[in-house]
Parts: sequence; structure tokens; C-alpha cells
Amino acid sequence: MSFWPYYGLKQGIQTTPWPDGEDLSPGLSPGRPLSAPVTAPEATAALCPVGALQARAEGVHVAFDRCIHCQRCRQGEHALPWQEDFAWTVAAANNQGPLGGRFYESLNVLYVDAGACGACVNEVRLIDAPAYNLHRLGIFVTATPRDADVLLVAGPITDAMRTAIRKAYAAMPEPKRVVGMGVCAVNGGIFGESFACAGGLEKIVPVDWWIPGCPPPPLAILQGLLRVVGRAVPQMTEEGTP
Amino acid sequence: MSAANPFTHWLAHLAGVEQRTLQPDWLQLRCAATQLPELTTALVHDWQAEFATLLVEETGVDDVLAVHYLFYLPNDGQRIETRIEAHPGEELPAISDTVHAADWHEREAWDLYGLRFRGHPFLGDFVLHDDDWPEGVDPMRRRFDGHQRPDVHGSGADWQPPKILQEDGAIVFPIGPIWGDTNESGLWLLETPGEQIHYLHTRLFYKYRGVEKIAEGRPAGDALLLAERFAGASAFAHGWAYCQALESIAQLRVPPRAQRLRVLFAELERMRHHAANIAEIAGSTALSVGKAMAQDIVESLLRLSARLCGHRYFFGILQPGGLRQDLDEHRVQLLLDTLPAVEQRLRDLEDRLERSSSFLDRIEEMGTLSPELAQTYGVVGPIARASGRPLDLRRHLPYGAYTHLQPEIPVEQEGDGYARLRIFFAETRISGEMVREVAERLPSGPIAEPWQPQEGHALAWVEAPSGATFHWLRCDTDGRVSRLRLGTPGFRNWHAFERAVEGAAFQDFPIILATWGLSIAENDR
Repeated sequence: MSFWPYYGLKQGIQTTPWPDGEDLSPGLSPGRPLSAPVTAPEATAALCPVGALQARAEGVHVAFDRCIHCQRCRQGEHALPWQEDFAWTVAAANNQGPLGGRFYESLNVLYVDAGACGACVNEVRLIDAPAYNLHRLGIFVTATPRDADVLLVAGPITDAMRTAIRKAYAAMPEPKRVVGMGVCAVNGGIFGESFACAGGLEKIVPVDWWIPGCPPPPLAILQGLLRVVGRAVPQMTEEGTP
Repeated sequence: MSAANPFTHWLAHLAGVEQRTLQPDWLQLRCAATQLPELTTALVHDWQAEFATLLVEETGVDDVLAVHYLFYLPNDGQRIETRIEAHPGEELPAISDTVHAADWHEREAWDLYGLRFRGHPFLGDFVLHDDDWPEGVDPMRRRFDGHQRPDVHGSGADWQPPKILQEDGAIVFPIGPIWGDTNESGLWLLETPGEQIHYLHTRLFYKYRGVEKIAEGRPAGDALLLAERFAGASAFAHGWAYCQALESIAQLRVPPRAQRLRVLFAELERMRHHAANIAEIAGSTALSVGKAMAQDIVESLLRLSARLCGHRYFFGILQPGGLRQDLDEHRVQLLLDTLPAVEQRLRDLEDRLERSSSFLDRIEEMGTLSPELAQTYGVVGPIARASGRPLDLRRHLPYGAYTHLQPEIPVEQEGDGYARLRIFFAETRISGEMVREVAERLPSGPIAEPWQPQEGHALAWVEAPSGATFHWLRCDTDGRVSRLRLGTPGFRNWHAFERAVEGAAFQDFPIILATWGLSIAENDR
């Protein structure tokens, strides 16, 4: 005989104080490089295998929607400063704005895997773990597009999934929002555009928000979903300051 | 091998087979295509050779394809490559009739290279879905440009789900490709007269990203990013296999400290991979507290990984020749301080699950793969070890520091969901012990040898968390990838999965799926 409810209670509350308070636990996020003035911008930019670092007169600019956290610009002579934040959701070009008040306590998310490597899906699974607990924020994961307010897509958009994504999007009731998570969904990431991948969610359905990262950690995903609703959440700018 | 060895004796008396020793432990057998079935059948059935993977490569001469069937002998680590040449329009005899592990490999070669296998009953609609891709366009051929988006999509034949069961009221129940809460995409067609699943058709490759194709032409050092990221749940294992291929081509010796650290990271990854599987198993039986406890362990291990090497999934830690960064004393201590508590939580969870009869009822005798079927399908990894096959490349083809560190290999005989759960737990325990053993006795010294890309080719292997993985790599004179073959454990094990579902009750399908714990990203590539 096993007393699971007792074991559960004995664990105590494991949930992060974020977004009401700060969570500074180490290891929440892979972190990211920050745009910074450096002595040799060209040399720093050359470290990046995916073109996320752009050399400019004043230093190096980080196009974070391309960064795959390969860490090549993290150490050595030409390194950039890294910051371990996670609040990095950005609005897509065709953003329709937040869903608003009616969705504050009930936002239903349909997750679709369009070629994600397994790290994204693992991070999405963990937003349901005690450490992050999406339900306290009024967010729920649904298995059907008919119930979904948000379409959350990961992966470089493989061709075999295009029809499924379009059908799921069409079956969702209005108002609806689309979120692309992971660099792969933004622009194909390391896989890029090829004979097998569209290389970006925007080529299939209109997108409202991007959650870059490779993969975006659980709190980045939660931050993105809270921005979809329009709830006030901490947000880092491109330069890494709140 | 001594001359008295019966295998050598057998080889010496093979007629019509040209033999070459490519490396001390690597034998190449060249023969006519007609001899192939007899030869490969003898290798597998008489000499207990394990099929590693099938490699097709263009020879660059007159459209001729070189087809390599790679095997190894688990007893003595001998690698055997059977090589034949396929001329345009030529049909090869299928070997999957007797070497069943090669079945999906032949289907794949037909889809991607247009290589037809005589006698194979299921060619077509596999990697390339028939409703999406037209016949006759073979994307892995050199003449096909993988960078272009060909204007061929959606022009293929109509596809209808197969239906075998003809009795009254029988239905084909589709699950996927978008299904459940947070799952990988794939399609499972369950044929049932109402309660019991009679047949299952697995239709994967909804996630096919053409990784082997898009790797071609990339600088060999940058293709490591692809090797790490095509199957993120076992990123380190695949990155390691890829690096070993590059190091083998460059004949580079990785410093001892880096070798040990690679073992440390790989075993940490194995722990996390298995803990995530355990969370899914508990979740599939609606045991939410058990799931939450397992997820907690997963999250702790992810945070530990990030603190040790900067990334939760070990992305960017490997480099050809060694590692990108060292583990300083402070972080070794952090690891040694953190790990025992995680291991204790795993033991507690196992103990509690073992005492929950309602949970055990749902996984015992569930999704059984008998040892005979496991042998026939040549399954690998924890799935094999739960079905009586004590195979592990760390022991049978030792690589890196595993030549000194020999892990204990747990084996179960039942092949059911419970046996797989016990294997997952046992392996997290063994991995935890190895991590601590390595961390306590780290040799000092450099962590990387300088590496330069070189022309050449190599086969490398790693026992990934989900089983044996083989990376075959060829680099050209510019140091770019000209062929990368990813023989993954997922691709092997998914082939056998449908046999474990036959006869199961309808509602048990998600549980069986969870106890197998297979990655689709790793299969689809």
C-alpha cells in the first residue's frame, strides 16, 4: 500500500515565486549573450556559427532570435557577457495584441511538435512540474484545437506537419493567438529552410509571439504565455536590461 | 584472432567473397548481390553478429551506389562490413527476411535513394509520405539539391490508412499526428473490433528534417551542432558519437581528463533521460504525485547540468578533440554535493512505485516484447535489456574511457512494462555511481587536443541513453561533410514497438507507449 497524497504533501511547496517575486535559482536557463561593446567586433562575430552576432561600429549586436546557445562566444579572448535570464519573449511582426482580461484565469494551450528535437517538448512538459506549475497562472494544456486559445508550436516546421498545423489553426475558435517557441520555429534554427522543412512557423500560419531559445526553458515559456494574455510580467530588453 | 578461431575458419572457406582488413578489428567483405542474403543470414544466425546499420553512399562513378551492411560481433568487438555495389536500375535482394533488424533500413533506402529491394513487402510511404512526396524523387541522391524547396509537395498519390481487420464493426482508430497534451508527433493506427488492439501501424517521419542530407556540405565542425540538436533528449550521446568520428578521421587522441568528463556527462544525461521516461510512465497511469516526483528529479538534473556546463541539455559542451570547457574543483564539488540527494529521491520513488499495486497492475505483462521477438527485431538499449538481451556498446565495443570503466549491465527477462521500468531505475542507479566514481578520481591535464578537419571516413558509436547509436561520417578535402549516416536506437526500436501492442486493451496504448519511452526525433532525424 502506498500513500501518494501523503508523499505529495510531505514535499511541501516546490513552486517558483516567479512572476510575483524573482527566481534567482541557478540553472533555470542556459542564459544568453548580450550585445556589448567589444575590442574586436569582427572577431567576436566570427565565433557564431549561426549568424546571431553582428559586428557594428559600437560593438557586437546579438540577434537573439538566431542564438542556439552553442556557447562559443561565452569564453575566451573575444567573449561576450552572458546573462542567465529567461524573460525574452518578443512580439512577432503581425502581433494582434494580448488576449485580455477574459483569459487571465483560463488560457488553453495546444502544443504542436513540428520537428522539435525533444528538448523543447521536455521543457514544455516541465511547465506542468511542481517547480513551475502552470495551473496557478490559469494556464492549461489541451489536446484539442476546439478548446485552444493558443497554438504553441516548436520545431523547424517539417513538411509532413504543415497540413496538421493548418488544420489545427483553422479549427481553433476566435480569438486565437499563435506562439512559435524555440529558434527552430522562428527561422528553422540549425536546420534552416530545406527540402524537408519550411524553416519558420510564419510561412504556414500567422504568428503573434516568438519565444526564442534552444530550447526556451520552462519559465521562458510561461513568460511568453503570460504575455499572450497580457498579464504584467518582467521582460528583458534586447540589451539585457529590464 | 587466432587461426583456430571457427569464425576465421568459416571466413577462409567462403567462396566468391573478397576480404579486406580495413583496420585491425574491421573486416570488409565484398560480394555479389546474389550472395548477400546467404552471407548476412550466416553472420546473424550462425555467428551471432549484431546488425549495426545500413549505409548507402554514392560512389561518384556512373551512378553506382555502394551499399554497406554494418555488423559487429558482441563477443570480441569485431566489426564486419558487407559491401556490395548497386548499379542503376538494379534490384538488390532484401535481407530483412532473415535479418529482420534491417527491415526499416531497406524501406528507408528505397525512399531516400530509390534503391529497390526484391522481396520486401512494404516499400513506400515511409520516410517520405506518399500523400506529400512524389515517386521517383530521391532526396539523398547527390543530384537532388537539399537546400532548395522543391515544387513537388502535395503532388504525390493519395494515401489511405491500411486496414487488415475485416470483421464486423472493426475500426481503424487513429492517434496523431497531433495528439495528447505535450507529445511528439507521430501517427498510430489502431485496428480494433472494439476493445482489443489486433494490429498497430506506426507511421512516423512527420518530423523528418532530412538531417543526413542537410549535413552534407557543412563544415565538419559545425555539423556537430546538428548532431547535438537532432535528438535533444540524448544530445550529448549523439554529439559524442559525432566527435568520435571526427577524432577517428584525424587520428586524434582525446586527453584522459576529457575522456573521463565525457563519461561523466553521458551518464548524467542517461540519468535524466531515464528519469523523464519514468515521469511519463507514472503520468500515463494517472499517478500524478509519482509523476511530479520524477519531474522534480528531472528538473534538478537539468539545473545541475546547466550549472556544470552552462546548458540544461549539454548543448555546446563537446568539441572535436575533447571538451569546450573544464569542470573546475568548485563544480566537481557541487556535483558531488548535489547528486546523492537526487539518487536518494530516485530510490524513494522506486520504492514507493514498487509498493503501489494499482500502479504495478497497469504495467505488469503490459506491452510485452518476448526475448525471441527482441532477438528477431534486434532491438537495442534498455528495451533490449528488459527483454533478455544483455547488449551494451559500453561493454561490447568499449569506446572512450569505457575501456577502463565497465558499467554493470542490468538485464530482465520478462520484456513487459514493469521490466522496462526496473531497467530504467537500475540504470539511473548505475549511472549515478559511475558519475560519482569518475568525479572523485578525475585525472588532471588538458581537456582538448587541437583538431583540424581532415579528409577521410570513420564509423563511431556510443551507447546513447536509448541504446546503440552508430554515426558514419565522410569528410571531403575541404573539411566538409560529404556523408553523415545516423544509425539511431530509436529507428531500431520503433520497428519492434507495434509487436508489443498487439493484443493489448485499447486504453493501455498510452501506457505501453510510455514504458517504451522512445524518442521520435531520434527516429525521424
